[in-house]
Amino acid sequence: MSEHVTALPEATRDAAPEAPAVIAAARRRRDTLDKIKAIVLGAGFPLLFVVFWHFAVAYTKTKLIPSPHDVGVMMWDFTFGGIYDDAFSATILTHIWMSVTRVYGGFFLAAVIGIPLGLMIGRMKMLRQLLDPTISLLRPIPVTAWLPLSMIFFGLGPKAAVFLVFLGAFYPILLNTIFGVRSVDARLFEAASMLGCTGSAMFREVVFPAALPSIFNGLRVAHGFAWILIVVGEMTGVPTGLGSVIMDGRTLSRTDLVITGMIVIGVMGFITDRIIVMISNRVLSWSPQHHG
Amino acid sequence: MADARRTQLSIRGVTKRFVMGDDEIEALAPVEVSIGSGEFVCLIGASGCGKSTLLRIIAGFEEPTSGSVTSEGKPITGPGSDRGMVFQDYALFPWMTVRQNIGFGPRQRQLPRKEIDEIADEFVRLVGLERFADRYPSQLSGGMKQRVAIARVLANNANTLLMDEPFGALDALTREQLQGELLQIWKRTKVTIIFVTHSVEEAVMMADRVLVMSAGPGRIVNDIKIDLPRPRDVSSPEFNAIRRDVARRLTSHLAPSRALVQAEP
Ligand SMILES: Nc1ncnc2c1ncn2[C@@H]1O[C@H](COP(=O)(O)OP(=O)(O)OP(=O)(O)O)[C@@H](O)[C@H]1O
Ligand SMILES: [Mg+2]
Repeated sequence: MSEHVTALPEATRDAAPEAPAVIAAARRRRDTLDKIKAIVLGAGFPLLFVVFWHFAVAYTKTKLIPSPHDVGVMMWDFTFGGIYDDAFSATILTHIWMSVTRVYGGFFLAAVIGIPLGLMIGRMKMLRQLLDPTISLLRPIPVTAWLPLSMIFFGLGPKAAVFLVFLGAFYPILLNTIFGVRSVDARLFEAASMLGCTGSAMFREVVFPAALPSIFNGLRVAHGFAWILIVVGEMTGVPTGLGSVIMDGRTLSRTDLVITGMIVIGVMGFITDRIIVMISNRVLSWSPQHHG
Repeated sequence: MADARRTQLSIRGVTKRFVMGDDEIEALAPVEVSIGSGEFVCLIGASGCGKSTLLRIIAGFEEPTSGSVTSEGKPITGPGSDRGMVFQDYALFPWMTVRQNIGFGPRQRQLPRKEIDEIADEFVRLVGLERFADRYPSQLSGGMKQRVAIARVLANNANTLLMDEPFGALDALTREQLQGELLQIWKRTKVTIIFVTHSVEEAVMMADRVLVMSAGPGRIVNDIKIDLPRPRDVSSPEFNAIRRDVARRLTSHLAPSRALVQAEP
């Protein structure tokens, strides 16, 4: 409320002093500097770590952990081939693609079910009473505990992986959606109903957009889980995918392959998370609180 | 002109009791009042005396425990687009621009797109926000937000504005400006206005009629006609005489209840 009290009347605001262009330019310069600083600091730490890794391997002369250079060579071969020319050479896109289809298969399935269900549970007391205890009961069960059952339901293969991703992504989406609906200012519903908005239009026009910031938080968390769970899912006997690459690397005692797989997953997760943040910043540009 | 008016709102024996667990709050004693079409009525009274409750019953957000409210003879059973509430905290849809907020009502009526835009633009103009039409509420000052809220209910063909301390959160300058604008809009659109305020000056400035409410349980204890010509001059002796009169009646009802509170423990 204090924000409103201090709000200036329009006239005072419009009478901005001259030279706003100069101020804007100065601000832009500061913002650019800030961005560069963030990149240098953000990239500096992993670089420092790689240097440390290199010297640690060289110093201990260990054969168990490959040096950063070995991993780099493996990464090159995994991406372009021409070095080892084995089963993994130049297969990166296939594995990424298979993992991506599973991650987003499970993720979108969770969103398509979780968001509408969450909107309804948030709005309808009966549904809440019906489902709340069940949800609270199922939620603490770790997704990995579903592994044996999912293999019985779906057999060994990609379906089980998608199911695990779905389970992991489902709860954050559902719970954040419910929370979003529950925390909408009741006055917005009143305002909408006095303006002639009823029934399903209320969901479309008010409930959903009002809960959107919270829904996006849920999607982001769920998306992170989805990438984590794909590895677990793909360790259960699927021939392709980044998780299976890591599993194969372990079986073959090729630690360079394992680390390569880990890095690819990390990078994929990072890039796709940035994309989600970009989308949410765009969709939620109206919301002053929301800038991830 | 005042006596030739049709009755817009008729409030008959309305009571409201809130039940919270074992606790019961008698928020409204039987309230009995008629409000003419196009009248500007201010509702004034101590905090907690049931002003908002009465307004919310008229809006259809709450059901009266007993009694009935009719609007143009038709009983009120729920929120309706004929009565528009303007909240103190605006209650704008934050994900919609000014234009979209104002066009919300027409959109619910499923008018053609072009017509919605025309209505929205018309009411954007009415409240003088042409330059801000594509901004989001978070980018507006409090005064602008309240203008949008007023335009939003007017664009929806409301014939009654229910305003619950609409200018309470604004600074004095903006408040004065909006009072003037609201009076202009009222003159042009001839809507009925019920306006809750804590300020005696604001009530005497704006209203045709001031209803003084008293607490425990809430009821209307004075119904004062303000016959001053408009525009009203706050520094005139007539204005101040009426202001003193209203203030006196307001505090004369406050005093006993305060004494009661002190005597209770
Ligand atoms: N939803 C509710 N549940 C229980 N009690 C309520 C509810 N709404 C209002 N009350 C009670 O009814 C009484 C009247 O409240 P109301 O909000 O109408 O007062 P008010 O005159 O608008 O006060 P203010 O000037 O502070 O806004 C108060 O005692 C309040 O505690
Ligand atoms: Mg109130």
